[in-house]
Amino acid sequence: MSAAAPSSPHDVIVIGAGHNGLVCAATLARAGRSVLVLEAAERVGGLAVTREFAPGFRVSAGAHLLHQMPAALIAELGLPEHGLRLAGRALPSTALSEDGRPLALGERAALDACSAADARAWPAFEARLGRFAGLLQGLLALPPPRLGTASWSDRRALGTLALRLRLLGRRDMREFLRIIGMNAYDLLDDEFGTPLLKGALGLDAVLGTNFGPRAPGTVLTLLYRLAATRAAGSAALAQPVGGMGAVSEALANAARHAGATIRTGAAVKRIEVSNDRASGVVLESGETLGARRVISNADARTTFLRLLGPEHLDTGFVRRVDHYRSRGLAAKFHLALERAPVFTGVGRHALGGRLLVAPSLDYVERAWNHSKYGEWSRAPALEITVPTLNDPALAPAGRHVLSAIVQYAPYAPEGGWAGERAGFAAAIRAVLEAHAPGIGALILAEELLTPADLEREFGATGGHWHHGELAFDQFYMVRPVPGAAQHQTPVAGLYLCGASCHPGGGVMGIAGRNAARRVLAEAA
Amino acid sequence: MRAEPLPLHHFRKPLLETPFDARTRALQQNDQFVAWAGYTTVDVFTSVEQEYFAIRNAVTLYDLTPMVKYRVSGPDAERYLNRLVTRDVRRLKVGRVSYVVWCNDSGHIIDDGTVFRFGAQDFRVCTAERQLDWFSDSALGFDVEIEEVTEAIAALAVQGPTSCCVLKRFGLSGIERLKPFELGEFVVRGRPLLASRTGFTGDLGYELWMRPADALTAWDELMAAGQSRGIRAIGSQALNLARIEAGFLLPNVDFVSAEHTVRVGRDRSPLELGLGWLVDFDKPHFNGRRALLAERQRGPRRQLVGLDVGGNKPAHHALLYADAGGRREVGSVTSAAWSPTCKRNIALAMVEAPCFAPGHAVWADIYLNRELVWERRMVRAQVVERPFFAPERRRLTPPADR
Repeated sequence: MSAAAPSSPHDVIVIGAGHNGLVCAATLARAGRSVLVLEAAERVGGLAVTREFAPGFRVSAGAHLLHQMPAALIAELGLPEHGLRLAGRALPSTALSEDGRPLALGERAALDACSAADARAWPAFEARLGRFAGLLQGLLALPPPRLGTASWSDRRALGTLALRLRLLGRRDMREFLRIIGMNAYDLLDDEFGTPLLKGALGLDAVLGTNFGPRAPGTVLTLLYRLAATRAAGSAALAQPVGGMGAVSEALANAARHAGATIRTGAAVKRIEVSNDRASGVVLESGETLGARRVISNADARTTFLRLLGPEHLDTGFVRRVDHYRSRGLAAKFHLALERAPVFTGVGRHALGGRLLVAPSLDYVERAWNHSKYGEWSRAPALEITVPTLNDPALAPAGRHVLSAIVQYAPYAPEGGWAGERAGFAAAIRAVLEAHAPGIGALILAEELLTPADLEREFGATGGHWHHGELAFDQFYMVRPVPGAAQHQTPVAGLYLCGASCHPGGGVMGIAGRNAARRVLAEAA
Repeated sequence: MRAEPLPLHHFRKPLLETPFDARTRALQQNDQFVAWAGYTTVDVFTSVEQEYFAIRNAVTLYDLTPMVKYRVSGPDAERYLNRLVTRDVRRLKVGRVSYVVWCNDSGHIIDDGTVFRFGAQDFRVCTAERQLDWFSDSALGFDVEIEEVTEAIAALAVQGPTSCCVLKRFGLSGIERLKPFELGEFVVRGRPLLASRTGFTGDLGYELWMRPADALTAWDELMAAGQSRGIRAIGSQALNLARIEAGFLLPNVDFVSAEHTVRVGRDRSPLELGLGWLVDFDKPHFNGRRALLAERQRGPRRQLVGLDVGGNKPAHHALLYADAGGRREVGSVTSAAWSPTCKRNIALAMVEAPCFAPGHAVWADIYLNRELVWERRMVRAQVVERPFFAPERRRLTPPADR
């Protein structure tokens, strides 16, 4: 029995115009569905957004590089036609060193200068991890199977997983199974000697997570990052013109072009349920909107506990959602600079890419230690970009912007952030100063976004970038929780399309596309 | 909630004593005790038969203090309970009691119990097992307070055909107007006391809820008031016989809590236990609703039924077969007894489809130990409606004054 009122003007309401919500809306609209997207903020994009943080200075407030959205998805939605242009592609990554001898990552010659042994070991390691990432890449694109069903598609998906594993061959399969549950620290320590190389790879393994490199499961997160980057194809590490907000704008344009309606400044208060079926939403303004299906781009906790409400769910399910871990530990730090910063030993090409402050695995692990006890890292690890080098329009002429992902910042330090902000910002500036002496004198304005700020501004529970920790117990066929891991939820007509779903966070758009496909398959 | 901290050496005496312990211990003659929810209670005072016949022919006192009790209160108390249990709590009026079950997500029973409604936002839930974890987890998102009050309340069941008369003599004037599942508040010689017309015997009977400090006085006064009506303290074994006749289920005997089962398929839904009448699909969402709806559409695979077993040997734990040859197994007996009042050999049994329809015959494989020699009998048993014994007096208001 369909509970939707006959007058409901939309097939689908998408809650949240984050990148996944927009991909979902665009995919559904292209298939002929009438789609209404409701965004609480005044602009689309969620954590993929470009906004002014000081007069005349704009920055990607959340993610600052595009490297995980599959090329096929970008082509399918026609994003270049809808305004997406790249200011830089295949950007280099550089591990910074205080002694002025940074290491260009992925370059055999650069590594050779550090350690001949590591340079010899690198190609095989890279190739092996590439093969493993290839295995995961196959998992990334498709919705995970459900366990314990008799459905053919579920069995086929499980069978395919087993087959792909087997097709790695005996040696690789054994190695894959040996390392997949391991920590990145031990794996990298086994393979290499150069602290700069290990530190940088270690940081890649834990970016955006609540882990240090010694935490079990960080080989998985490292491979996951590699897999997503592989799926992104030739552009690899890319920087869109106009910042990450431009990706969202292009997605919004694609969705609108296909016929979707997008309303910003329309915060959803709750999801309406009638006859045990999602029938629409009520906005904070009190306006009621009906739809045959409601798809939430919000994280699992927000969707189930705040928008839907536990009274529509069973206790066990609510308990699982409540236990879903989503405390973010990554902060964002933005600087408006009088002129381009100079990082010791870093040339113009490298400065336009990704700069990593993770001089050793121990450095990253020590940075994490603080956060375990609710403190901010005294010497944080950083992923830095200077986006104005590739895209000068983000700042007034001649001026520059520095954007850094900072780890680790606890969600709720003891005593609250109010008394801690200044100290944490000073610690970040001190790390920057050590690698770019004199940068402090260039600062015109700065902005620090702690996980608490990210939660407030973007609505992601705990300020977690990935809408929930990416760990084995919240991964693949149990992400976010059993009972909601394949975009469907216990309530008919309600779906998840955000990063709480497989394959998780990062500006990929896969979850949004898969949710749309699930809805289309059901309705067909 | 416990009023004072546990004494230092509490672990030397792992079982608690109920507020009635001084009296029950003095009356029992067999040293037959049983541990019940952390308390020591009397299993048999004198003899099961004597005690059983007092339930059916006179009046009995049964100490049910160990019954776990929770106070549920707050603005969302009704909404909370309505989501917790399968019945519609909105329909439970103030001053009434309701028998309920609650299920997990997959629609399997965690426990059964009774809900007392004292006010718009004030309830008591009595349960067999401790439920604080499940109740607390279920409270997420509800403005409700849950407090265990087991130790703060002494409880006594007064059951039997002369129970109303004895309670009147005890001082509960107007008790005769109490309808089944109704609550009444009384003051007896200055002591507050709550009475509910509820019980586990399927007979006329009441349950009294009082302050622990008043327990011994109440016991003595009840014994005095009931002397001419054949009052007798009973243990759990006699009560068990009465509840089988009444067709009531005993947790961990007739079903195992879904929170405790380990093996697949050992948990039970209310539909399987013949408690479908407790499941209200028309009320707002409740735990297990979606799973139960699917089960209802699918039809239950098994059902708890009453059995009228041939012969006079109780079919304890007997396996049931579709044929006298014992080739196709179709279930097993969960509770069995020779019913002294019905003069029938009765049992409760879990039976697979389609053998659970009333009138269907199955065969019970009964083992008898006769002076250390085992004998096996294949006895015909017929599926019958429950309860086996339901006297008119259990519902009559006012009850006969005798």
